Amino acid sequence: MIKHSLKWGALAMALALPFSAQAHKMWMVPSATNVSGNDPWVTVDAAVSNDLFYPDHMPVQLDRVVVTAPDGQTAKPENALTGQYRSVFDVHLTQPGTYKIAAVNGGLFANYEVDGQKKRWRGDAAELDKAIPTNAKNVEVSESINRVETFVTNGKPSDGALKPSGKGLELLPVTRVTDLASGEAATFQLLLDGKPASNLKVMAIAGETRYRNAPEEIDVTTDKDGKFSVTWPHAGMYWVSASTQDTKSSIKQAKQRRLSYAATLEVLPQ
Amino acid sequence: MRRLSLTLPAILLAAPAVAADLNVTVQIPQLNVAEYHRPYTAVWVEREDHSVAAQLAVWYAQKESKEGAGTKWLPELRQWWRRGGRDLQMPVDGVSGATRPAGDQKLSFHQGKAPLAELAPGKYELVVEAARETGGREVVRVPFTWPAAAPQQLAAQGSSELGAVKVDLAP
Repeated sequence: MIKHSLKWGALAMALALPFSAQAHKMWMVPSATNVSGNDPWVTVDAAVSNDLFYPDHMPVQLDRVVVTAPDGQTAKPENALTGQYRSVFDVHLTQPGTYKIAAVNGGLFANYEVDGQKKRWRGDAAELDKAIPTNAKNVEVSESINRVETFVTNGKPSDGALKPSGKGLELLPVTRVTDLASGEAATFQLLLDGKPASNLKVMAIAGETRYRNAPEEIDVTTDKDGKFSVTWPHAGMYWVSASTQDTKSSIKQAKQRRLSYAATLEVLPQ
Repeated sequence: MRRLSLTLPAILLAAPAVAADLNVTVQIPQLNVAEYHRPYTAVWVEREDHSVAAQLAVWYAQKESKEGAGTKWLPELRQWWRRGGRDLQMPVDGVSGATRPAGDQKLSFHQGKAPLAELAPGKYELVVEAARETGGREVVRVPFTWPAAAPQQLAAQGSSELGAVKVDLAP
């Protein structure tokens, strides 16, 4: 258990580091982004890895997964399991419209010294005061909010599930998020605490990285309205991510806040 | 005859609602493959901005199952699905039907009559998309101007899942 929690702590740290090329990527990949018929389902892989989209490192914790149905209500992931390298769950799309599938990770990190020894801690705000010894020196606390999403549409797309929570970095699609096609530009708006996140770097990487030698990363920057456009060079599943940091943590002990966002988006051929 | 050819364009200008015809031939190729299924096929008319001016035909498996076996795979007609296929509630009278066998599939449409309805004068594309289970997918586009001033024969050639797509316009 200790080993496990250390691993999670290290991972959360890695995910929280902005623009770190070495950071592991958390992702969810649905089996389809457009479905139809009387009883549509998708199955979703959720994992953390360097290469996209190959589960070879860690599964996503299922208790972090939140499925929002087109009516804005939460839907339950079904047939969930967590394996060595990935978690898997199904989403039963009982409503017409667009579903948002999200995994939200958040927490606090603390670095401190006791008797000259450097210590690290990771946990929730409620545990913070108890976790840090009273004789600790050089205490530095930071908060992290990481959001990973993907989208699936049953029939006609809708906006009911896309409403931002107003916390952390979030993506508001301008172009229909499940209607992306190769050679076409798609526009999105990046939000920070529900407000436009301007001048932030956004990175898009196509999956199947194993079968090419260069990452072929597409870099764009959000404009003053937090908007950015990506013209998809070819069809495939893309991982679109952004991260930033600020000092606006809601936790009073935390000086710094680290935020990241990533979405898996499907681009279909013309 | 001379008199007719002079007056026809004049009539068209005066009353664009005059019965103009759009005849389409979709060639579904004979394929030598181990496992063959007839392709899902959609035929529609697109405006210059890619919006759908008319849904002309969609052929899909009509078998029933709990999943809605036939309609489950309609999004495989990717362009059609995104451009407006998903707005339709299947089946659509006079538009949807069973998948068709290999050969020339002839379709006739008339201005002002469903499913072509009233097509405003302008530039369009006749689009045919085919997707085959265990096979490929192809889109063929034939640009045309409506209504035609004189009888016009247009065509485009598919290379894999579709053969020739012919569009005959009659003023």
